[in-house]
Amino acid sequence: MKYLDEYRDAALVRKVADELQRITTQPHTLMEVCGGQTHTIVRFGLDQLLPPAVELIHGPGCPVCVTPIEIIDQAIDLASRPEITFCSFGDMLRVPGSQRDLLSVKAAGGHVQMVYSPLDAVRLAREQPERQVIFFAVGFETTAPVNALAVRQAAQLGLDNFSLLVSHVLVPPAIEALLNSPDCRVQGFLAAGHVCTIMGCEEYQPLAEKFRVPIVVTGFEPLDILQGVLMAVRQREQGRSEVENQYTRSVRDEGNRAAQDLIRDVFEVVPRRWRGIGDIPRSGLGLTPAYRNYDAVHKFTLNTEQVAENSGECISGLILLGQKKPHECPAFGTRCTPQRPLGAPMVSSEGACAAYYRYRM
Amino acid sequence: MNETILQLNCPLPITDYPQILLAHGGGGTLMHELLDKMILPTLQGVAGGLPGSTLSLPEAPHDAALLILGNGRVAMTTDSFVVQPLFFPGGDIGELAVYGTVNDLAMSGALPLYLSVGLILEEGLPMETLWRVLQSMRRAADSVNVRIVTGDTKVVQRGKGDGIFINTAGIGLVPDGVHIHAQRIQPGDSILVNGDLGRHGLAIMIQREGLRMESALTSDAAPLHELVHSLLNNGIEVHCLRDLTRGGLSSALNEIAQGSGLTLQISEADIPISSAVRSACELLGLDPLQVACEGRCVAFIPADQADAALACWQQHPLGRPARRIGTVLQNPTSRTPRVHLRTPFGVERVLDMLSGEQLPRIC
Repeated sequence: MKYLDEYRDAALVRKVADELQRITTQPHTLMEVCGGQTHTIVRFGLDQLLPPAVELIHGPGCPVCVTPIEIIDQAIDLASRPEITFCSFGDMLRVPGSQRDLLSVKAAGGHVQMVYSPLDAVRLAREQPERQVIFFAVGFETTAPVNALAVRQAAQLGLDNFSLLVSHVLVPPAIEALLNSPDCRVQGFLAAGHVCTIMGCEEYQPLAEKFRVPIVVTGFEPLDILQGVLMAVRQREQGRSEVENQYTRSVRDEGNRAAQDLIRDVFEVVPRRWRGIGDIPRSGLGLTPAYRNYDAVHKFTLNTEQVAENSGECISGLILLGQKKPHECPAFGTRCTPQRPLGAPMVSSEGACAAYYRYRM
Repeated sequence: MNETILQLNCPLPITDYPQILLAHGGGGTLMHELLDKMILPTLQGVAGGLPGSTLSLPEAPHDAALLILGNGRVAMTTDSFVVQPLFFPGGDIGELAVYGTVNDLAMSGALPLYLSVGLILEEGLPMETLWRVLQSMRRAADSVNVRIVTGDTKVVQRGKGDGIFINTAGIGLVPDGVHIHAQRIQPGDSILVNGDLGRHGLAIMIQREGLRMESALTSDAAPLHELVHSLLNNGIEVHCLRDLTRGGLSSALNEIAQGSGLTLQISEADIPISSAVRSACELLGLDPLQVACEGRCVAFIPADQADAALACWQQHPLGRPARRIGTVLQNPTSRTPRVHLRTPFGVERVLDMLSGEQLPRIC
């Protein structure tokens, strides 16, 4: 398959792994930010190809995992109302709120609709003017443009029965929060290629300079990831801390300006709570006042109070900070499984714990 | 009300979900929990049957039960078909209802003989649709030489069904000397698959979800009994067979690992998957090893007969792309039997069963 097989070529992967062995003279602790990268690493066993001195920590870049529990509860509340059709990407349906998940709401008769694009939800709103259609807008900068486009389209069509339940998060503030943590062990980052395809590389420059860490914008295929690791290790071995772009086939320095304009028109930066991590200032997107009528939180009466996670046992914070690996958690694979997750990283297939459970047990 | 049943209901064994989810029918872990905790303990092993007859329920889960009636061994199985859309690229619900049950029988080595058909029709179903489905069932039954001998028809109110639901049950005769089940698998056995994976599941999903993909994917639905009998007729010692339906290769192999108590090692590079299936799975965030097939099976064969078995299959139109995909290993005591997948980079990971429903990933 073109554009995939080239990046899964066993001989090339071996070559990069050998080069990594050759240049590594000291310990390096790197974090891959994105859950998609974690998934590739564990699925292909890439960490087993690294020199023992290179350790990968699995970062918080899984939108499903970090959506706060109170927003999941809001989604469940909305989806349970008879007049509402609640649309979502597939893997949000299984995420447990404080009582249940969206799949259970669907089983109980709620109108929960899995869609592949927010534009499908706009189409539903158009076809069913008597129903309120809500799209669960989660994700990083990657999914923000298409969600913004959906709102714009709904506005152009004059739809007053379409809205978003927004839980968008932003990558750079999360990296900064991790680096500011006194326990942080991360010495370099593989930044998420898809996010940078939209946003470009420029916002990572100040982080690399301030914290003196290499940041390599990296793709998602096995060869991409090993090459990203190689570039970060090479920088550290040479005493550099720069922003480099491994994913040049998709990422330009300035990103996609049209997509950025769309995001800026519809969304504004807001504080956001991350499940498993906590509150991070300026780390999320919310709808701007001009589009408030498309904000489900504004439109419907909802409980917006914070909900305490009821699992005191989950150590997701330690896992996201790289203090612990998933299998070092006493609940891992016993009381906490993908069928009955106790915490965020076990929820989505891109969460670190779920990836370990699925591929490592 | 029987007291035993009351005790079983309270407390409910599965407390996590008070209602049935679609995921309970997905062929993954949730479905197995439902079977193991509620359905099998309640319904299996009740008294009855022909005096003097023996019932050989395999200890490991299998698609067909083996009944010893007089001097003959009879395989019996049942399957229900609720597929939407009713007509899809490469097949339809009628054909599927025949082949699915024929395949379940074939996997025990039985020669499929007779089927029953239960039709549940929804009020308002166009007569023309029913006619097409019936014609298709008849053609399928004729093509595999089984007779439909009994049946039942019910109609439910509009909105209470999904057009047509079909249940078929089948019986077949197991030839003397044929013993096919997971406990016969030996360390060293080769694992064979008869063709490329995932086409049925994706063909259905692309049409059902209205994904506007330019795809020529057609279902792999096909009867597998001839492939099985070509092995048996050529003197191949078949230890175990399993057709790959819901949950795909990963569910089938995990069930077999548990049933045999052995570790299965497969090689990712040797598993045949078409580039259309791979592309669609990449786009949708699905694992092709967990996608359903309807005309694919795995066979466990002694290593020294694997080449002969492959040659046998490759002469048949349904087995031309057959490949050897792995080997059975001894399982170290105290370890749970698992399926190990060797990636093209030479490292190993676990191949796990689907947990519930296959849900496309966000990004």
